[in-house]
Amino acid sequence: MTAVAARPRVWLRDNGVYAAIVVLVGYNLVFTENFATVANLNTQLVQVAPILIVALGMALVIGTEGVDLSVGSVMAIAAAILPLYLGYGLLPAILLALVAGASCGLVNGTLVAVVGIQPIVATLALLVGGRGLALVFADGQLKDIRNPALLDLGAGKAVGVPYVVLIAILLTVLVFLLVRYTTFGRQLVAIGGNRSASALAGLPVRRVLMTTYVISGVLAAVAGVVATARLTASDPSSVGNLYELAAITAVVVGGTPLSGGRVRVLGTVAGALLMQLITATLIKHNLPDSAAQIVQAAIIVVAVYLQRSRTAR
Amino acid sequence: MTAVVTETSVASARTTGRERLAGLAQRRGSVVVLALLVVVASFSFDRFLTVGNVQNIAIQSSFLAIVALGMTFVIISGGIDLSVGSVFALGGVLAAYGIQWGSLVGLLLPLVGCGAIGLLNGALVAYGRLAPFIVTLATLLGARGLLLAITDEGATTRLMPRDALLTEIGQGTFLGLGIPVWITLVLFAIGIVVLQCTGFGHSVLAVGGSREAATLMGLPVVRDTMLVYLVSGLTAGLAGALAAAYSASGVTIVGEGLELDAIAAVVIGGTLLTGGAGTVGGTLAGVLLLRVIQNVINQVGTLNSNYQSVVSGAFLAVVVAVQAYLSRASR
Repeated sequence: MTAVAARPRVWLRDNGVYAAIVVLVGYNLVFTENFATVANLNTQLVQVAPILIVALGMALVIGTEGVDLSVGSVMAIAAAILPLYLGYGLLPAILLALVAGASCGLVNGTLVAVVGIQPIVATLALLVGGRGLALVFADGQLKDIRNPALLDLGAGKAVGVPYVVLIAILLTVLVFLLVRYTTFGRQLVAIGGNRSASALAGLPVRRVLMTTYVISGVLAAVAGVVATARLTASDPSSVGNLYELAAITAVVVGGTPLSGGRVRVLGTVAGALLMQLITATLIKHNLPDSAAQIVQAAIIVVAVYLQRSRTAR
Repeated sequence: MTAVVTETSVASARTTGRERLAGLAQRRGSVVVLALLVVVASFSFDRFLTVGNVQNIAIQSSFLAIVALGMTFVIISGGIDLSVGSVFALGGVLAAYGIQWGSLVGLLLPLVGCGAIGLLNGALVAYGRLAPFIVTLATLLGARGLLLAITDEGATTRLMPRDALLTEIGQGTFLGLGIPVWITLVLFAIGIVVLQCTGFGHSVLAVGGSREAATLMGLPVVRDTMLVYLVSGLTAGLAGALAAAYSASGVTIVGEGLELDAIAAVVIGGTLLTGGAGTVGGTLAGVLLLRVIQNVINQVGTLNSNYQSVVSGAFLAVVVAVQAYLSRASR
């Protein structure tokens, strides 16, 4: 009896985000002009790419029953470092930005896994301090990017698909494979499901947690580089602002429970796409920003409500 | 045999002493650090202990302190309220909107509006059993959306008449300190009494310690969880209204990131994010610490203002690391 009653809700929880996307795309195909054009598709995908890249790392962290609030500030740090080393060439500059992201992740991971601080506060410290650090690196200034290779990364295309989107797709595939087919992925999910049991079973809890936060930091740095390339300027004071919220939203709407023990990579992609689609739809129909925010708020609550059966037990 | 027993009892007495010290450091550490910082700062900078600067720190602290007061109760109950920054901004806008019908409406409208958002948070957390983090993340967005909707997408900034009573409360001074500072002190006195001397306060501590145990003891868990978020909505709204009165306008872009400052202040004040333990007085010390650090960095002058957030962030990390160590030691 209960099982039958619960079935539609379970289905909605697992597939609701895909259903919502189908409905919204269908609505837009009928009612929105110039929706099904390659140009519009590219615009939407390019806009969602940095959020998605951050959300991939966030999904892993949330899978360990943690959260990484520092991602927006890590993006700013990466964006601030990039122009400082562009003189040595694009690759060394990007590499240094990624190393900076990894170091941020290492700090978070140490605070969470070794010191034993709750993830919210541990990463809150870097959220507060990281943006200040980025502004210190950049001397508080916005710097125009003139490096042709970096500009090409932001605006160029391969077979009609922007590089930025290709990077996001590649990273999605990598994270998907990581979760599904590697020992690390299995350990991560096990630790998120029950940390003490995993520790008793001899899993390397600290190492896996550290690695997860490092991955999140590196992905945030990639997003920072991508956002800088698209913006054609390094703007540490605003790049990545509130990205932590957008990323958490994408992950939660995509069906990854906040209580850990499960990572839905494709769901996260769908969650990011859905939020982007909602904003785009409202904007195309001349509804204001305020409406978009209220609708997003309602969708978050509905998504968490659907997951409740899992978390409440 | 007897010797062994004596040795054990001495050892346990020694650990108790150490545990007690660790517990004390965790609860009162922020006050000690604040006192040290004030002493060092007043010797290092001539302008630190001037009347003007103290007034400045006090008024700057008061709005954050009121927000952090509500946050303290939420965090002690084991929850978190991310919506306070948006609610703070909404409170200011509602005050500036309502004042056209008089100061009373200007004060009540933000309290009613922000209280309603707090109740919504509480209902979703207490009845819906949804994670506080994500519920209040949603209302963070929703309240900001509501605020944009009633201000023509943030394009309208309503001014508050300077001769209105509410504006005079926001800008006036009493015994040299701004009236909002006195309001803050009164609210904290009430907060201390409520947490330590009332059934509600004890119930909040119990719920934060263990929700299941509190339910089994027959405490009104659902009601008190609702109340905690209602209080947080009310304090954030009141702080927003007072801040708007202080600047005589309902500015729409304030409050972003305020929730993080409030959480930081509460945690620095010795309240455990896991819930079940914390003090209201510590939160006040936490707020003052954040603001004094900010003030000192401004005084140094050679330091870029960007270092403010770097120092605040590093300070927060050190405090929580020490807290984690102390709470392990006192267990």
